[in-house]
Amino acid sequence: MTDLILTPNINRADDFYAELLAAHEGLSKDDSDALNARLVLVLANHIGDREVLSQALKAAEK
Amino acid sequence: MNKIFEVPLYPYERSPDQDAAAPVRHPVVIIGAGPIGLGMGIDLAQQGVKVVIVDDNDKVSFGSRAICFAKRPLEILDRLGCGQPMVDKGVEWDVGKVFFDDREVYKFELLPEKGHQRPAFINLQQYYFEEYLVNRVREMEAEGAPIEIRGGNKVAAIGTHPDHATLEIDTPEGSYNIEADWLVACDGAGSPTRQMLGLDFVGRVFEDNFLIADVIMEADFPSERWFWFDPPFNRGQSALLHKQPDGVWRIDLQLGWDIDKDEEKKPENVIPRLKAMLGDDVEFELEWVSIYTFQCRRMEKFRHGRVLFAGDAAHQVSPFGARGANSGLQDTDNLGWKLKLVIDGKADETLLDSYDIERIHGADENILNSTRSTDFITPKSEMSRLLRDSVLDLAEHYEFARPLVNSGRLSVPCTYDGSPLNSADALDGPIKTRPGSPCPDVPLGDEFLLPKLGNKFILLTIDADAPDVIEEDGVEVTRLALSVKDDRTGALKERYLGHASSAVYLIRPDQHVAARRPSFDDNLFRAAIRRATGKE
Ligand SMILES: Cc1cc2nc3c(=O)[nH]c(=O)nc-3n(C[C@H](O)[C@H](O)[C@H](O)COP(=O)(O)OP(=O)(O)OC[C@H]3O[C@@H](n4cnc5c(N)ncnc54)[C@H](O)[C@@H]3O)c2cc1C
Repeated sequence: MTDLILTPNINRADDFYAELLAAHEGLSKDDSDALNARLVLVLANHIGDREVLSQALKAAEK
Repeated sequence: MNKIFEVPLYPYERSPDQDAAAPVRHPVVIIGAGPIGLGMGIDLAQQGVKVVIVDDNDKVSFGSRAICFAKRPLEILDRLGCGQPMVDKGVEWDVGKVFFDDREVYKFELLPEKGHQRPAFINLQQYYFEEYLVNRVREMEAEGAPIEIRGGNKVAAIGTHPDHATLEIDTPEGSYNIEADWLVACDGAGSPTRQMLGLDFVGRVFEDNFLIADVIMEADFPSERWFWFDPPFNRGQSALLHKQPDGVWRIDLQLGWDIDKDEEKKPENVIPRLKAMLGDDVEFELEWVSIYTFQCRRMEKFRHGRVLFAGDAAHQVSPFGARGANSGLQDTDNLGWKLKLVIDGKADETLLDSYDIERIHGADENILNSTRSTDFITPKSEMSRLLRDSVLDLAEHYEFARPLVNSGRLSVPCTYDGSPLNSADALDGPIKTRPGSPCPDVPLGDEFLLPKLGNKFILLTIDADAPDVIEEDGVEVTRLALSVKDDRTGALKERYLGHASSAVYLIRPDQHVAARRPSFDDNLFRAAIRRATGKE
C-alpha cells in the first residue's frame, strides 16, 4: 500500500503552477470550475489507488 | 376490454371458508397477487405446501410499471415453470447508449460473458409478467397442486400470535376470518400489513418527479436502452427510451420537484413533451401515463414472528437499475425452501432469521446502488452537477470515465457474504463462486448447469468422488457429477475450479453456494448441511 505523497514531488514546480494558471486564463468562472472538475477526474483515474484517493480527499478537506 | 390489465383474471368467488363455523387454519396465506406474491405461491405449492393467495383486486398490474427483468429472476422463473413464456414474449436487449445534450457519449454491452442460458435482460410489461404467473398458477391448479388465488379479498385486520396469525378479510359478500400458520405479506410498497402491525419503513425520498409513459408507436429505434442527460427536448433533466413487446415504448422524463402532478399527467401536457422528444412526424398512442416520486427505504426486519415480508412491502427502491421486482423474486427464492423445511419440521423456525439477514443484505445493496444512480441522475448541488457533467464530457473522449457514468446499475443478484448459513471457503477457487454466491450458469453440451441444479440441495462434484445421496437430519442432498473432460467451453473450470483441479460444492435449493472444498469429506459436508439449514 502506497501513501499519499505530501512532500514536494513536482519537478520544476513553478513551471507547473504557471501551466495550471495558463489553462484557466480567459475562462469564465463556470468554464474554469468545469476544467477543475475534469482535471480532478483525470488525475484521480491516473492515481487509481483507492486508499491514496481517500487520503487525498482528507488532505484537501482541511 | 382489450388490454390484459383490464380483464379480471381472478374474479371474486365465494370460498367454503366463508361458510365455515370456525375460522379455517391454512399452512400459508400470502397477501397480494403481485409478481412477488404469485412467485411465492408457485414456489411453495411446487414443493407441495398448501397456499392461499388473497388480493383485494382481481386483475394484473394496471399499466406497465416494471419492464426490465434480469437474468437471475429469469433463472428463478425457469424453476417456477414459467421462464420460457417470458423470454418468448420479451424483447431481449444488451446494448445501452448514453447521450449528453445532443451527443452520444458512449455505448455499453451488458453481458460480455458468454455461456449463460438466459439473456442479461428482457423487457416485458409487468402485466404480462403477472399474467404468465397467473397462467402458471392455473396450470398447477389443473394438475391438482395446492394453490388458490382469492380475488376481491381485502385483508382488513391481522392478529399475531406466537404460532399463527389471524386475518379478517373483506369481500363483496361481507367479511370472514381465517388463520395462517405462516403469513407472507407481499402487499406492495404501501403494505397495509406493515401498517396494521405498526411497523417502520424508513429511508429516503428523492425530491424529484418522473413522468412515466408507455406509448404505442411504429418506430425503428433499435432494442437498446437509450438514456439522456440534459437533452435539448428536456433541458436540465434526464430521459429514457426503452422498447417493450407489441410496439410499446417506455419513456421516462424527469420533471423536477415543483410541479403540479395532476396537470402534468393530462394528455394535453404529456403529448407535447413526447412530440418534442420523438419528433413531430412520429405517430403514437398513449397506453399508460403516471407520475412517480421515487424512494429508497426498507423495513428494519423482514421477519416478525409468523409474519414474513417480501417484495416492495419489505423494501422499495427507485427504478434506476430495475431492482424492484427483480429483487423481490430473489426474496421468495430465498424464503421458499426455508419455509418448506420449517413447515416439514426438518429445520427450526430460527432458520427463517437467515431470510432476514440475507435479504436485508440484498435490500441494502439494492438501495445503495439505486441511491447512487439517483444521485447521479438528479444531482443535488451545483458541484455534484458539475462533477456529473464533467464525467459525461470526459466519457465521450476517454474510456476511463465511462465506468463513472451511472444511469442505473442494472440488477444483479447479491452474494450472501457473511451469512450464518455459509461454511468457510476451503477451495482455492474462483471468487465468484465463493460461499454465499449465486451459482453462475455453465454450458454443458446442448444443456446448461442451472436447470440441472433445480430446486433441491445438490452436491456438485467436479472430478471428485462422493456418494450419490447423503441424508443429514431429514435433509436430502443429491449428487451431480461433472468433469472438466466434458467442459468444451472451459466455462466450468473458469467459474467453478479456478486454480483447483477438483471441487465439491454444496448448493442450496435457491442455487447459492453453501460450502466448497477440493474433495468430499463426510463429516465436513454433513456439518455444512446442518449449517446451511440453521442447525449449527
Ligand atoms: C415506473 C416503475 C418502473 C419500474 N420498473 C421496474 C423494472 O424495470 N424492473 C423491476 O424489477 N422492477 C421495476 N419496478 C418495481 C416493480 O414494479 C415492483 O417492485 C413490483 O411491482 C413489486 O411487486 P410486489 O408484488 O411486491 O408488489 P405489488 O406489485 O405492488 O403488488 C401488491 C399486491 O398486493 C395487493 N394488496 C394490497 N393491499 C392489499 C390488502 N389489504 N389485501 C389484499 N391484497 C392487497 C395489491 O392489490 C397488489 O396486487 C418499477 C416500478 C415503477 C413504479
